[in-house]
Amino acid sequence: MTSARPVHFTVNGAAATVTVEPRTTLADALRNELRLTGTHLGCEHGVCGACTVIVDGAAVRGCLVLAAQAEGREITTVEGLGSAAHLSALQLAFRKHHALQCGFCTAGILTTAHALLTEEPHADEDRIREVISGNLCRCTGYLPIIAAIMEARIAYRDVQCEAAQ
Amino acid sequence: MKLPPLDYICPATLPEAIAALAVHGGNAKVIAGGQSLMPMLAFRLAAPSVLVDIGRLPDLKSISISAEGIDIGALVTWRDIERDAQLAQAHPLLAAAIAHVAHYQVRNRGTVGGSMAHADPAAEMPGIAVTCDAMLTIVGSTGTRILSANEFLTGGLSTVLGADEILTSIRLPLWKKARRWAFEELARRRGDFALAGVAAFYDIDAQGLAHNAHIGVIGVADRPMRLPGVEAILDGRRIDADVILQAAAVARDAVDPADDIHAEAAYRRDLLGVLLERALARAANITLPEAA
Repeated sequence: MTSARPVHFTVNGAAATVTVEPRTTLADALRNELRLTGTHLGCEHGVCGACTVIVDGAAVRGCLVLAAQAEGREITTVEGLGSAAHLSALQLAFRKHHALQCGFCTAGILTTAHALLTEEPHADEDRIREVISGNLCRCTGYLPIIAAIMEARIAYRDVQCEAAQ
Repeated sequence: MKLPPLDYICPATLPEAIAALAVHGGNAKVIAGGQSLMPMLAFRLAAPSVLVDIGRLPDLKSISISAEGIDIGALVTWRDIERDAQLAQAHPLLAAAIAHVAHYQVRNRGTVGGSMAHADPAAEMPGIAVTCDAMLTIVGSTGTRILSANEFLTGGLSTVLGADEILTSIRLPLWKKARRWAFEELARRRGDFALAGVAAFYDIDAQGLAHNAHIGVIGVADRPMRLPGVEAILDGRRIDADVILQAAAVARDAVDPADDIHAEAAYRRDLLGVLLERALARAANITLPEAA
Protein backbone atom coordinates (compact mmCIF):
# COMPACT_ATOMS: atom_id res chain seq x y z
CA MET A 1 0.00 0.00 0.00
CA THR A 2 1.78 3.06 -1.24
CA SER A 3 -1.35 5.23 -1.17
CA ALA A 4 -1.95 8.23 1.08
CA ARG A 5 -2.86 7.76 4.71
CA PRO A 6 -3.28 10.14 7.67
CA VAL A 7 -0.44 11.17 9.98
CA HIS A 8 -1.09 13.15 13.16
CA PHE A 9 1.36 15.45 14.88
CA THR A 10 1.63 18.83 16.54
CA VAL A 11 3.07 21.75 14.59
CA ASN A 12 4.01 24.95 16.38
CA GLY A 13 1.68 24.05 19.23
CA ALA A 14 -1.39 23.15 17.12
CA ALA A 15 -2.62 19.65 16.30
CA ALA A 16 -2.34 18.82 12.60
CA THR A 17 -3.27 15.90 10.38
CA VAL A 18 -1.78 15.38 6.95
CA THR A 19 -2.85 12.69 4.51
CA VAL A 20 0.24 11.72 2.56
CA GLU A 21 1.86 8.84 0.70
CA PRO A 22 4.30 6.91 2.91
CA ARG A 23 7.23 8.15 0.81
CA THR A 24 6.48 11.79 1.72
CA THR A 25 9.17 13.49 3.77
CA LEU A 26 8.29 15.60 6.78
CA ALA A 27 9.57 18.69 4.94
CA ASP A 28 7.29 18.04 1.96
CA ALA A 29 4.30 17.38 4.23
CA LEU A 30 4.87 20.66 6.07
CA ARG A 31 5.26 22.63 2.85
CA ASN A 32 2.73 21.02 0.54
CA GLU A 33 0.00 19.86 2.91
CA LEU A 34 0.17 22.50 5.64
CA ARG A 35 1.52 25.32 3.43
CA LEU A 36 4.24 26.04 5.99
CA THR A 37 6.59 27.13 3.26
CA GLY A 38 9.08 28.78 5.59
CA THR A 39 10.86 25.41 5.66
CA HIS A 40 12.98 25.37 2.51
CA LEU A 41 14.21 22.36 0.58
CA GLY A 42 17.64 22.71 -0.96
CA CYS A 43 19.45 19.46 -1.69
CA GLU A 44 16.76 16.98 -0.55
CA HIS A 45 19.40 14.49 0.54
CA GLY A 46 20.54 15.68 3.91
CA VAL A 47 23.52 17.85 3.10
CA CYS A 48 22.47 21.51 3.01
CA GLY A 49 20.46 21.88 6.25
CA ALA A 50 17.93 24.33 4.73
CA CYS A 51 14.99 22.09 5.72
CA THR A 52 15.96 21.83 9.41
CA VAL A 53 12.94 21.59 11.72
CA ILE A 54 12.72 20.73 15.40
CA VAL A 55 11.15 17.39 16.36
CA ASP A 56 10.58 16.79 20.09
CA GLY A 57 13.22 19.41 20.86
CA ALA A 58 15.89 18.04 18.51
CA ALA A 59 16.94 19.78 15.29
CA VAL A 60 16.63 17.32 12.39
CA ARG A 61 16.81 17.48 8.64
CA GLY A 62 13.21 17.58 7.43
CA CYS A 63 14.14 15.82 4.18
CA LEU A 64 15.61 12.84 6.06
CA VAL A 65 12.53 12.11 8.14
CA LEU A 66 9.39 10.56 6.73
CA ALA A 67 6.19 12.34 7.63
CA ALA A 68 4.97 8.96 8.90
CA GLN A 69 7.90 8.83 11.33
CA ALA A 70 6.68 12.07 12.89
CA GLU A 71 3.40 10.47 14.05
CA GLY A 72 2.63 11.84 17.52
CA ARG A 73 5.68 14.11 17.62
CA GLU A 74 5.90 17.81 18.41
CA ILE A 75 7.29 19.80 15.54
CA THR A 76 8.54 23.37 15.50
CA THR A 77 9.17 25.13 12.19
CA VAL A 78 10.54 28.60 11.54
CA GLU A 79 6.94 29.86 11.60
CA GLY A 80 6.83 28.83 15.26
CA LEU A 81 9.81 30.90 16.34
CA GLY A 82 8.25 34.33 15.97
CA SER A 83 6.05 36.40 13.66
CA ALA A 84 6.67 39.38 11.40
CA ALA A 85 5.18 41.59 14.10
CA HIS A 86 6.98 39.90 16.97
CA LEU A 87 10.38 38.62 15.94
CA SER A 88 12.14 36.41 18.46
CA ALA A 89 15.38 37.57 20.08
CA LEU A 90 17.27 35.27 17.72
CA GLN A 91 15.50 36.72 14.68
CA LEU A 92 16.11 40.28 15.90
CA ALA A 93 19.80 39.48 16.27
CA PHE A 94 19.86 38.12 12.71
CA ARG A 95 18.31 41.37 11.47
CA LYS A 96 20.68 43.53 13.48
CA HIS A 97 23.79 41.68 12.27
CA HIS A 98 22.64 41.29 8.63
CA ALA A 99 22.95 37.54 9.11
CA LEU A 100 21.16 36.77 5.88
CA GLN A 101 21.24 37.91 2.28
CA CYS A 102 19.17 35.76 -0.08
CA GLY A 103 17.46 34.11 2.88
CA PHE A 104 17.15 30.62 1.42
CA CYS A 105 19.17 28.96 4.18
CA THR A 106 17.90 31.21 6.96
CA ALA A 107 14.94 29.17 8.19
CA GLY A 108 17.16 26.12 8.65
CA ILE A 109 19.82 28.13 10.45
CA LEU A 110 17.26 29.77 12.75
CA THR A 111 15.71 26.44 13.72
CA THR A 112 19.14 24.90 14.22
CA ALA A 113 20.32 27.79 16.38
CA HIS A 114 17.05 27.83 18.32
CA ALA A 115 17.38 24.13 19.17
CA LEU A 116 21.03 24.59 20.10
CA LEU A 117 20.54 27.62 22.34
CA THR A 118 17.46 26.16 24.01
CA GLU A 119 19.56 23.20 25.05
CA GLU A 120 22.93 24.91 25.38
CA PRO A 121 22.45 28.64 26.08
CA HIS A 122 26.10 28.88 27.06
CA ALA A 123 27.41 27.36 23.81
CA ASP A 124 30.74 29.00 22.97
CA GLU A 125 31.78 30.24 19.56
CA ASP A 126 33.54 26.98 18.67
CA ARG A 127 30.42 25.00 19.48
CA ILE A 128 28.22 27.38 17.47
CA ARG A 129 30.59 27.17 14.51
CA GLU A 130 30.62 23.37 14.71
CA VAL A 131 26.82 23.16 14.82
CA ILE A 132 26.27 25.67 12.03
CA SER A 133 28.71 23.75 9.81
CA GLY A 134 25.72 21.50 9.07
CA ASN A 135 23.95 24.38 7.30
CA LEU A 136 25.16 25.66 3.96
CA CYS A 137 25.03 29.43 3.40
CA ARG A 138 26.54 30.71 0.17
CA CYS A 139 25.92 34.43 0.75
CA THR A 140 27.06 35.63 4.12
CA GLY A 141 30.39 33.96 4.76
CA TYR A 142 28.89 32.96 8.13
CA LEU A 143 30.53 35.69 10.22
CA PRO A 144 27.33 37.71 10.76
CA ILE A 145 25.42 34.48 11.45
CA ILE A 146 27.88 33.53 14.19
CA ALA A 147 27.72 37.06 15.62
CA ALA A 148 23.91 36.98 15.70
CA ILE A 149 23.75 33.59 17.40
CA MET A 150 26.40 34.66 19.92
CA GLU A 151 24.37 37.75 20.77
CA ALA A 152 21.06 35.86 21.04
CA ARG A 153 22.43 33.52 23.70
CA ILE A 154 21.57 35.92 26.51
CA ALA A 155 17.85 35.72 25.69
CA TYR A 156 17.90 31.94 26.07
CA ARG A 157 19.72 32.23 29.40
CA ASP A 158 16.97 34.53 30.63
CA VAL A 159 14.38 31.95 29.63
CA GLN A 160 16.27 29.33 31.63
CA CYS A 161 16.38 31.62 34.69
CA GLU A 162 12.64 32.22 34.50
CA ALA A 163 12.01 28.50 34.17
CA ALA A 164 14.22 27.85 37.20
CA GLN A 165 12.28 30.35 39.32
CA MET B 1 14.78 13.90 -5.98
CA LYS B 2 11.63 12.59 -4.33
CA LEU B 3 11.63 9.10 -2.85
CA PRO B 4 10.38 6.16 -4.92
CA PRO B 5 6.85 4.95 -4.08
CA LEU B 6 6.93 2.62 -1.12
CA ASP B 7 4.90 1.26 1.75
CA TYR B 8 5.67 1.99 5.39
CA ILE B 9 4.96 -0.02 8.49
CA CYS B 10 5.90 0.73 12.08
CA PRO B 11 5.73 -2.46 14.16
CA ALA B 12 5.42 -2.28 17.94
CA THR B 13 7.54 -5.31 18.78
CA LEU B 14 10.71 -6.97 17.51
CA PRO B 15 8.93 -10.23 16.53
CA GLU B 16 6.39 -8.23 14.51
CA ALA B 17 9.20 -6.38 12.76
CA ILE B 18 10.98 -9.62 11.88
CA ALA B 19 7.75 -11.19 10.68
CA ALA B 20 7.13 -8.18 8.43
CA LEU B 21 10.64 -8.47 6.98
CA ALA B 22 10.17 -12.20 6.41
CA VAL B 23 6.89 -11.66 4.55
CA HIS B 24 8.44 -9.16 2.13
CA GLY B 25 11.69 -11.02 1.58
CA GLY B 26 14.39 -8.89 0.05
CA ASN B 27 11.93 -6.16 -0.96
CA ALA B 28 11.73 -4.72 2.55
CA LYS B 29 14.29 -2.47 4.15
CA VAL B 30 14.73 -1.63 7.82
CA ILE B 31 14.65 2.07 8.67
CA ALA B 32 15.50 3.62 12.03
CA GLY B 33 16.98 7.13 12.04
CA GLY B 34 17.08 7.00 8.25
CA GLN B 35 20.16 9.20 8.02
CA SER B 36 21.88 6.89 5.53
CA LEU B 37 18.85 5.21 3.98
CA MET B 38 16.87 8.38 3.23
CA PRO B 39 19.65 9.82 1.02
CA MET B 40 19.95 6.42 -0.69
CA LEU B 41 16.21 6.54 -1.40
CA ALA B 42 16.42 10.16 -2.56
CA PHE B 43 19.14 9.20 -5.04
CA ARG B 44 17.07 6.11 -5.88
CA LEU B 45 20.08 3.94 -5.15
CA ALA B 46 17.67 1.91 -3.05
CA ALA B 47 14.05 1.25 -3.98
CA PRO B 48 12.52 -1.16 -1.45
CA SER B 49 8.78 -1.81 -1.75
CA VAL B 50 8.31 -1.38 1.99
CA LEU B 51 10.12 0.29 4.89
CA VAL B 52 9.93 -1.42 8.26
CA ASP B 53 10.47 1.31 10.85
CA ILE B 54 12.14 -0.11 13.95
CA GLY B 55 12.41 3.37 15.49
CA ARG B 56 9.70 2.72 18.06
CA LEU B 57 10.72 -0.76 19.16
CA PRO B 58 11.28 -0.97 22.91
CA ASP B 59 14.56 -1.99 24.51
CA LEU B 60 16.91 -1.08 21.66
CA LYS B 61 17.77 2.38 22.93
CA SER B 62 19.81 1.60 26.02
CA ILE B 63 23.49 1.85 26.85
CA SER B 64 24.56 -0.47 29.65
CA ILE B 65 27.96 -1.06 31.17
CA SER B 66 28.48 -4.32 33.06
CA ALA B 67 31.19 -6.86 33.81
CA GLU B 68 30.36 -8.48 30.45
CA GLY B 69 31.12 -5.38 28.43
CA ILE B 70 29.51 -2.25 27.07
CA ASP B 71 26.18 -2.96 25.38
CA ILE B 72 24.85 -0.35 23.00
CA GLY B 73 21.36 -0.77 21.58
CA ALA B 74 20.92 -0.43 17.84
CA LEU B 75 18.69 2.65 18.24
CA VAL B 76 21.22 4.62 20.31
CA THR B 77 22.00 7.86 18.48
CA TRP B 78 25.28 9.75 18.17
CA ARG B 79 23.73 12.43 20.35
CA ASP B 80 22.89 9.82 23.02
CA ILE B 81 26.55 8.77 23.05
CA GLU B 82 27.75 12.37 23.12
CA ARG B 83 25.60 13.10 26.18
CA ASP B 84 26.58 9.97 28.13
CA ALA B 85 29.41 11.04 30.44
CA GLN B 86 29.60 7.56 31.96
CA LEU B 87 30.11 6.00 28.56
CA ALA B 88 32.86 8.50 27.72
CA GLN B 89 34.67 7.34 30.87
CA ALA B 90 34.00 3.69 30.15
CA HIS B 91 35.17 3.83 26.52
CA PRO B 92 37.04 7.04 25.67
CA LEU B 93 38.06 5.80 22.20
CA LEU B 94 34.42 5.28 21.23
CA ALA B 95 33.48 8.74 22.50
CA ALA B 96 36.37 10.36 20.62
CA ALA B 97 35.50 8.62 17.37
CA ILE B 98 31.79 9.33 17.59
CA ALA B 99 32.55 13.05 18.05
CA HIS B 100 33.47 13.02 14.34
CA VAL B 101 30.22 11.49 13.08
CA ALA B 102 28.10 13.76 10.89
CA HIS B 103 26.59 17.17 11.62
CA TYR B 104 24.34 18.36 14.45
CA GLN B 105 20.98 17.56 12.87
CA VAL B 106 22.07 14.14 11.61
CA ARG B 107 23.59 13.28 15.01
CA ASN B 108 20.16 13.69 16.57
CA ARG B 109 18.72 10.87 14.46
CA GLY B 110 21.55 8.71 13.16
CA THR B 111 21.90 5.41 15.02
CA VAL B 112 24.65 2.96 15.92
CA GLY B 113 22.74 0.08 14.34
CA GLY B 114 22.04 2.05 11.18
CA SER B 115 25.69 2.92 10.70
CA MET B 116 26.77 -0.70 11.17
CA ALA B 117 24.10 -2.01 8.79
CA HIS B 118 24.83 0.68 6.19
CA ALA B 119 28.54 -0.25 6.38
CA ASP B 120 30.07 2.82 4.80
CA PRO B 121 33.82 2.21 4.46
CA ALA B 122 34.62 5.62 5.97
CA ALA B 123 32.17 5.43 8.89
CA GLU B 124 33.51 5.69 12.42
CA MET B 125 31.24 3.20 14.20
CA PRO B 126 32.12 0.17 12.06
CA GLY B 127 35.77 1.26 12.41
CA ILE B 128 35.56 1.22 16.19
CA ALA B 129 33.68 -2.08 16.12
CA VAL B 130 36.42 -3.72 14.06
CA THR B 131 39.26 -2.14 16.04
CA CYS B 132 37.80 -3.05 19.43
CA ASP B 133 36.65 -6.64 18.67
CA ALA B 134 32.95 -5.79 19.04
CA MET B 135 30.33 -8.52 18.91
CA LEU B 136 27.00 -7.88 17.19
CA THR B 137 23.66 -9.43 18.09
CA ILE B 138 21.41 -10.16 15.14
CA VAL B 139 17.85 -11.40 15.50
CA GLY B 140 15.93 -13.06 12.68
CA SER B 141 13.11 -15.54 11.97
CA THR B 142 15.31 -18.52 12.71
CA GLY B 143 16.80 -17.18 15.93
CA THR B 144 19.62 -15.06 17.25
CA ARG B 145 23.21 -15.09 16.11
CA ILE B 146 26.20 -13.27 17.49
CA LEU B 147 28.98 -12.28 15.11
CA SER B 148 32.20 -10.32 15.30
CA ALA B 149 32.31 -7.00 13.46
CA ASN B 150 34.72 -8.59 10.99
CA GLU B 151 32.31 -11.41 10.20
CA PHE B 152 29.44 -8.94 9.95
CA LEU B 153 31.02 -6.60 7.39
CA THR B 154 31.55 -8.17 3.98
CA GLY B 155 32.47 -5.14 1.86
CA GLY B 156 31.47 -1.61 0.95
CA LEU B 157 27.82 -1.11 2.00
CA SER B 158 27.60 -4.88 2.44
CA THR B 159 26.96 -7.06 5.48
CA VAL B 160 25.82 -10.60 6.24
CA LEU B 161 22.41 -9.35 7.42
CA GLY B 162 19.69 -11.56 5.96
CA ALA B 163 16.44 -10.18 4.55
CA ASP B 164 14.58 -11.09 7.76
CA GLU B 165 17.28 -10.07 10.22
CA ILE B 166 17.70 -7.01 12.45
CA LEU B 167 20.88 -5.92 14.19
CA THR B 168 19.71 -5.28 17.76
CA SER B 169 22.84 -4.42 19.72
CA ILE B 170 26.57 -4.17 19.73
CA ARG B 171 28.87 -5.17 22.59
CA LEU B 172 32.29 -3.65 23.10
CA PRO B 173 34.73 -5.42 25.43
CA LEU B 174 35.43 -3.50 28.64
CA TRP B 175 38.12 -0.87 28.38
CA LYS B 176 41.24 -1.02 30.54
CA LYS B 177 41.78 2.11 32.58
CA ALA B 178 45.48 2.74 31.92
CA ARG B 179 45.17 2.05 28.21
CA ARG B 180 46.93 4.36 25.72
CA TRP B 181 44.70 5.37 22.84
CA ALA B 182 43.91 7.95 20.18
CA PHE B 183 41.50 8.55 17.33
CA GLU B 184 42.52 10.69 14.36
CA GLU B 185 40.68 11.40 11.16
CA LEU B 186 40.72 13.99 8.42
CA ALA B 187 37.59 15.30 6.74
CA ARG B 188 37.24 18.47 4.67
CA ARG B 189 34.87 19.78 7.34
CA ARG B 190 34.27 18.26 10.75
CA GLY B 191 31.25 16.00 10.37
CA ASP B 192 31.87 15.20 6.73
CA PHE B 193 32.93 11.72 5.67
CA ALA B 194 36.49 10.90 6.66
CA LEU B 195 39.06 10.83 3.86
CA ALA B 196 40.88 8.46 6.21
CA GLY B 197 40.93 7.74 9.92
CA VAL B 198 42.87 5.77 12.51
CA ALA B 199 41.69 4.25 15.80
CA ALA B 200 44.57 3.05 17.95
CA PHE B 201 45.05 1.60 21.40
CA TYR B 202 47.56 -0.50 23.29
CA ASP B 203 48.30 -1.46 26.89
CA ILE B 204 51.56 -0.82 28.73
CA ASP B 205 53.27 -3.43 30.89
CA ALA B 206 55.38 -2.83 34.02
CA GLN B 207 58.48 -2.32 31.87
CA GLY B 208 56.75 0.38 29.85
CA LEU B 209 56.43 -1.80 26.75
CA ALA B 210 53.36 -1.82 24.54
CA HIS B 211 51.28 -4.93 24.13
CA ASN B 212 47.82 -5.84 22.88
CA ALA B 213 48.12 -3.17 20.16
CA HIS B 214 44.96 -2.66 18.10
CA ILE B 215 45.25 -0.43 15.05
CA GLY B 216 42.12 0.04 12.95
CA VAL B 217 41.71 2.23 9.87
CA ILE B 218 38.71 3.67 8.01
CA GLY B 219 38.30 5.19 4.58
CA VAL B 220 41.19 3.37 2.92
CA ALA B 221 39.54 0.11 1.84
CA ASP B 222 36.07 -1.23 1.06
CA ARG B 223 35.57 -1.77 4.80
CA PRO B 224 37.32 -0.86 8.06
CA MET B 225 40.25 -3.09 8.88
CA ARG B 226 42.96 -3.77 11.42
CA LEU B 227 46.60 -3.48 10.40
CA PRO B 228 48.29 -6.58 11.91
CA GLY B 229 51.67 -5.62 10.44
CA VAL B 230 51.59 -2.33 12.31
CA GLU B 231 50.37 -3.97 15.50
CA ALA B 232 53.29 -6.43 15.32
CA ILE B 233 55.76 -3.53 15.21
CA LEU B 234 54.24 -1.94 18.31
CA ASP B 235 53.82 -5.05 20.47
CA GLY B 236 56.72 -5.51 22.88
CA ARG B 237 58.29 -2.14 22.08
CA ARG B 238 58.63 1.13 23.91
CA ILE B 239 56.65 3.56 21.76
CA ASP B 240 59.05 6.32 20.72
CA ALA B 241 59.47 8.45 17.63
CA ASP B 242 61.48 5.78 15.77
CA VAL B 243 58.87 3.09 16.36
CA ILE B 244 56.09 5.47 15.32
CA LEU B 245 57.78 6.41 12.04
CA GLN B 246 58.45 2.74 11.33
CA ALA B 247 54.81 1.89 12.06
CA ALA B 248 53.60 4.67 9.75
CA ALA B 249 55.80 3.39 6.91
CA VAL B 250 54.34 -0.11 7.31
CA ALA B 251 50.81 1.32 7.42
CA ARG B 252 51.33 3.17 4.13
CA ASP B 253 52.40 -0.07 2.47
CA ALA B 254 49.67 -2.13 4.10
CA VAL B 255 46.76 -0.31 2.47
CA ASP B 256 45.64 -0.09 -1.12
CA PRO B 257 43.04 2.67 -1.27
CA ALA B 258 41.08 3.46 -4.43
CA ASP B 259 40.96 6.78 -6.28
CA ASP B 260 37.70 8.64 -5.96
CA ILE B 261 36.44 12.18 -6.43
CA HIS B 262 37.35 13.10 -2.86
CA ALA B 263 40.99 12.02 -2.93
CA GLU B 264 43.51 10.12 -5.01
CA ALA B 265 44.81 6.79 -3.77
CA ALA B 266 48.32 8.17 -3.23
CA TYR B 267 46.94 11.01 -1.12
CA ARG B 268 44.90 8.66 1.05
CA ARG B 269 47.89 6.39 1.54
CA ASP B 270 50.09 9.29 2.66
CA LEU B 271 47.32 10.71 4.80
CA LEU B 272 46.91 7.39 6.57
CA GLY B 273 50.60 7.44 7.48
CA VAL B 274 50.34 10.96 8.86
CA LEU B 275 47.20 10.14 10.84
CA LEU B 276 48.84 7.04 12.30
CA GLU B 277 51.88 9.08 13.33
CA ARG B 278 49.61 11.62 15.01
CA ALA B 279 47.53 8.94 16.71
CA LEU B 280 50.51 7.05 18.10
CA ALA B 281 52.29 10.24 19.20
CA ARG B 282 49.16 11.36 20.98
CA ALA B 283 48.65 7.94 22.58
CA ALA B 284 52.27 7.89 23.79
CA ASN B 285 52.11 11.58 24.74
CA ILE B 286 55.23 12.47 22.80
CA THR B 287 55.98 15.12 20.19
CA LEU B 288 57.37 13.93 16.88
CA PRO B 289 60.18 15.88 15.28
CA GLU B 290 58.98 18.12 12.42
CA ALA B 291 59.20 16.42 9.05
CA ALA B 292 62.15 17.66 7.01
